[in-house]
Amino acid sequence: MTQSPMNQATAQGVRLMTIPPPAAAAIRTEDLRKTYATSRGDVPAVRGISLRVAAGEFFGLLGPNGAGKSTTIGMLTTLIVPTGGHAWVSGRDVVADPVGVKRTIGVVPQNNTLDMQLSVSENLEFRSRFFGLGRREALRRADQLITAFGLTDRRRAMATDLSGGQARRLMIARALVHRPDVLFLDEPTAGLDPQTRVNLWDTLRALHDEGQTILLTTHYMEEAEALCDRVAVVDHGQVLASGTVDQLKEDAGADTVITVRYEGGLPDEPSALAAIADRPGVSKIETDADQVRVFARDPEGVLGELVTAAGRAGLTVRDAAQLKPSLETVFLTLTGREYRE
Amino acid sequence: MTTTSRAPALAAPAPGDPASASAVAIISDAPVPHPTMMRTFAAMMAREFRVLGRNLPSTFVRSVVQPLLWVFVFTYVLPKIGAASIFEAGSVHPQPGGAATTTFSTILLPGLMASMLLTQGITGTTFPLVMEFSWQRTIEDRALAPVPLGVLAFQKIVAGAVQAFVGALIVLPIVLYVHAAGQAPHAHVTNWLLLALILVAASMLTAALGLLLGTLMDPRKMQMLFAVILLPATMLGCVYYPWSALHHIRWLQIAVLFNPMVYMSEGLRAVLTPGVGHLAMWAILLVLIGGAALIGYLGTRTFTRRVLN
Repeated sequence: MTQSPMNQATAQGVRLMTIPPPAAAAIRTEDLRKTYATSRGDVPAVRGISLRVAAGEFFGLLGPNGAGKSTTIGMLTTLIVPTGGHAWVSGRDVVADPVGVKRTIGVVPQNNTLDMQLSVSENLEFRSRFFGLGRREALRRADQLITAFGLTDRRRAMATDLSGGQARRLMIARALVHRPDVLFLDEPTAGLDPQTRVNLWDTLRALHDEGQTILLTTHYMEEAEALCDRVAVVDHGQVLASGTVDQLKEDAGADTVITVRYEGGLPDEPSALAAIADRPGVSKIETDADQVRVFARDPEGVLGELVTAAGRAGLTVRDAAQLKPSLETVFLTLTGREYRE
Repeated sequence: MTTTSRAPALAAPAPGDPASASAVAIISDAPVPHPTMMRTFAAMMAREFRVLGRNLPSTFVRSVVQPLLWVFVFTYVLPKIGAASIFEAGSVHPQPGGAATTTFSTILLPGLMASMLLTQGITGTTFPLVMEFSWQRTIEDRALAPVPLGVLAFQKIVAGAVQAFVGALIVLPIVLYVHAAGQAPHAHVTNWLLLALILVAASMLTAALGLLLGTLMDPRKMQMLFAVILLPATMLGCVYYPWSALHHIRWLQIAVLFNPMVYMSEGLRAVLTPGVGHLAMWAILLVLIGGAALIGYLGTRTFTRRVLN
């Protein structure tokens, strides 16, 4: 859908050029930015994010808390106004045509935004009616979703009386009433018990199998690995890397990360670390006051060597860990920091 | 991931292939949405009425108790115990040609209706808004409906205005029928159209005020609403005395002109109890209609700003 220049100009005041929406992308952003003006100065939350999510794709935004994921979703779902860049959902500009965008998206926010004055069934009924269904049609749609999401015995319960998992299921059902082109889920499994979480994963997989485009944010590595076709790793409001999980592991070195912490310092024998660095499978070594971190494609024997070196130097090993290639090691490789959930 | 030991995530219409079978239903069997601004607006109003209907007993009690107690004490109890003359003498400025024996209930009829307009209009709009903007921000539910946020704000005003309007109508029979013998209000409608216009404009004005307050106020300071706004506006809003009677206290008579409540009381006084003097009709209509438009505009702006972080 094309936007007239007039529309964009009036909607944002400053935007004078029409930028053609991208073809065949369910979501596209270009240098998307959001800076919050606070009493303590400007706080950048998103610092230039460019993404492209194809129709039918299951895309994950992975990053620690405060990385800018929710702000990004907020901008894509028209509830946060960007301070820079562009974004389109289903070819519609989120700033110039927020109503058009809202027609084509379903949103499951992180917080429980169910209508607490209404029952389970009414939450679905009225959301359907907001999207133009007649009363009878809306009731039928509500029934359909209640059955599909296993909420039959909670149909008449008030939204306030639902468990965390039930509320989350109802929110997903509610986001789907109007056949959205794109389903946005902001941390959908945060705060849920493990079984409920796995159940939700199945639900999302089933939706994806039917061709539903999904953008999900998560701070759980395993969630991104388990569900997403492609992932963008986000931190400090920027995309550090994006691609399939396998690609990311490949690009980021696919290293196993071996970390050893010593009691009271590092082995002062330089040759020990040098010998490890010279191993063919080792790509780099990082050290700080009491810890050595080795990134290795072939980790065989590295951990043993680090422990032996400690013994030779009369040091005690306080802690040792070996992380297999995963999004966590990708994050570690990209940022040099451990992933904090 | 095995799924054998637990219930399927998507309950199955057909056993065997649970998850995907019902996912098909969710996506493919969905009726095609065709939202229009009017449909969405009507659906939002329907939602308000569903909620109001559910809370009908408490809403009704809230609307009835206050005016009922007022008229019971002031037009039944006090006349019976011989104390009413104090109020009549002190409050009513005798009009040339008007009844020298204006009952207190004649004063109270438009006054209590106006008071109800304000109370219901503000509480009916502000309280739900403050809840919707509080920590879970359930306002986002409605904000994702496919209409501009201005329409959502306008819908909030209309919903509050309906409550104010109904509240004012509830007062009418209470004041008309609850009083001691000889204390009946002298009321007759001079102009039905004008009455309707004043009631609608006043309802919209109070609901717009409610929207503005609900989007500006800190939820933690809600109690202040009564102490700082509702109580002073009512006590100094010509509810219990006509504006003309304030000529004894000239500075107050001028000061209360800044209170929109005065124009509601006086507007209803003009069309319901013409025996009592009232403010000029042009001033009443200007403030009620102009105020509703201005406050409505400001409220819509603050609302939109709060929804869009």
